[in-house]
Amino acid sequence: MMKINKLYVALLLLAIVAPFFLYPVFLAKLLCFALFACAFNLMLGYVGLLSFGHAAFLGTGGYVTGWLMMNSGLTPELAILLGTVAAGALGAIYGKLSVKREGIYFAMVTLALSQLVFFVYLQAPFTGGEDGMQGVSRGHLFGVIDLADNINMYYFVLAIFLFGFWLIHRTIHSPFGQVLKAIRENEPRATSLGYNVNDYKWVAFTLSAALAGLAGSTKTLVFQLASLTDVHWHMSGEVVLMTLVGGVGTILGPVVGAGVIVTMQNYLSGGELGNYVHIIMGFIFVLCVLAFRSGIVGEFQKMWKRNFG
Amino acid sequence: MATFLGINLFGLFGQLLVGLINGSFYALLSLGLAIIFGLLKIINFAQGAMYMLGAFAAWLALQYLGLNYWAALVVVPLAVGLVGVLMERFLIRPIANEDHLYSLLLTFGVALMLQGVFTHMYGSSGLSYSIPEALSGGTKLPFMYLPDYRAWIICASVVVCGLTWWMIEKTKLGAYLRAGTENPQLMQAFGINVPLIVTLTFGFGVGLAGLAGVMAAPIYSVSPDMGSNLLIVVFAIVVIGGMGSIGGAILTGLAMGVIEGLTKYFYPEASNTVIFLVMVIVLLLKPAGLFGKEA
Repeated sequence: MMKINKLYVALLLLAIVAPFFLYPVFLAKLLCFALFACAFNLMLGYVGLLSFGHAAFLGTGGYVTGWLMMNSGLTPELAILLGTVAAGALGAIYGKLSVKREGIYFAMVTLALSQLVFFVYLQAPFTGGEDGMQGVSRGHLFGVIDLADNINMYYFVLAIFLFGFWLIHRTIHSPFGQVLKAIRENEPRATSLGYNVNDYKWVAFTLSAALAGLAGSTKTLVFQLASLTDVHWHMSGEVVLMTLVGGVGTILGPVVGAGVIVTMQNYLSGGELGNYVHIIMGFIFVLCVLAFRSGIVGEFQKMWKRNFG
Repeated sequence: MATFLGINLFGLFGQLLVGLINGSFYALLSLGLAIIFGLLKIINFAQGAMYMLGAFAAWLALQYLGLNYWAALVVVPLAVGLVGVLMERFLIRPIANEDHLYSLLLTFGVALMLQGVFTHMYGSSGLSYSIPEALSGGTKLPFMYLPDYRAWIICASVVVCGLTWWMIEKTKLGAYLRAGTENPQLMQAFGINVPLIVTLTFGFGVGLAGLAGVMAAPIYSVSPDMGSNLLIVVFAIVVIGGMGSIGGAILTGLAMGVIEGLTKYFYPEASNTVIFLVMVIVLLLKPAGLFGKEA
């Protein structure tokens, strides 16, 4: 346990000094996606349900926060809070519908529901349709700290990420989280022990959706933009890939995976290989599934156990 | 203008026809998914990409090999089916014993790659494929004009779906297939080569998507994302119908096409979303789907 704590402290220090060496907006983007992937992993890694529609929550958080920042004069922290609540509410509704089905059906239901959201945002007047919401102002945090400054923005995002990460960590290690793992391992047994399995799944789904919304809300502020890309099914696929690359069911895996994928996309989109992004992503998908199912963090843990455990 | 109770009949029948056409494609694709699911218990996420592949193959065959529509109708489904066979044999079988979610992710990766390759080579704007000469005419009916090609699509789809249903439900081959679904070990013990059946079934299911692709080429534009958008709708249809029966997949596909067409006429704003809304209602009332067995 001590080793793990040391690792966390080292990572935290790294995150604090990072903006002095790397572009803060890129780092903030990375943290947003890391939080998004962590939220997704709560479902796949700890409940064993593959949601193929998490983009709906990312996008809902983003649109609600963006709209509030442009039209209401609320401070950014309140806009983010309301964006998160909106995504959580949508998650509660979708959760009620989707946890009735398992496995592959769950993936299809969530994908179809997120496509419904996509079409609604495509047609709704307030989202700006194909153009999206542009020029969202970042505002002043608590009315005081100017977030237009990228360094301020980064530390605000870092604080949000740490809160989300902590919440997920707490959830997984709580009695509630233990029941979730029991459901993942053996659902009939969890049912026979008297747990109302669907209720547990539903609460987990709602929490996961709210946290994905938090990531989306924050991302809108960072980029000052909310667009249809965030609700497209490609985005739902990307978060699956991030989690898979990093390691499903490990707490740091999604963070590492998000780091790898976001860095790769940033690197590729600038260079000649820009057109190949989807081909490369598809290839990584196939490769991960065939040969690398534990992901980076999972493989590392296995190696660690073999040599030092 | 022919109207009845204030309804413009030309418009209504026109949208019904469009709905039936879409329904024909929904039926073919969800039938392919249902066949594959029956034996392998996986959802082929690449089914939409295979449909796209079929359309592109028809276009390429015409462009470079001079193969006309009718030849493509035979050759392309076989070629796409072969791609499916190879995919099952070399990609899906190695992970057959893992959680089925992994095969879903694998086929998703394959779909991304295929879509990426075609976007890279042909752009995303779409290519056009002309309607075969023999079917370029049309018939004038009392309330509408029925282009021959559209009539052909509906008939061909119904015949193909019907034949597939008959083959699976009524023939000896179909009996093997259904037995393999129920109890693969026992089938193997009886001396039936189950892995071969699995591979061929996968190929057949994928070939159906290829066939749908060829049929779609002349009326939709041939573009890399033609399959992925369609596939998500088909997923909703699969959830609505449930994976219980082959006949159910066909009927639900056609019915949803018609419902979509009617919505396009009466309330166009909802035409993109109506199938998803039907899915929500079905999930509330009958979570296993209309034809599904309670799991």
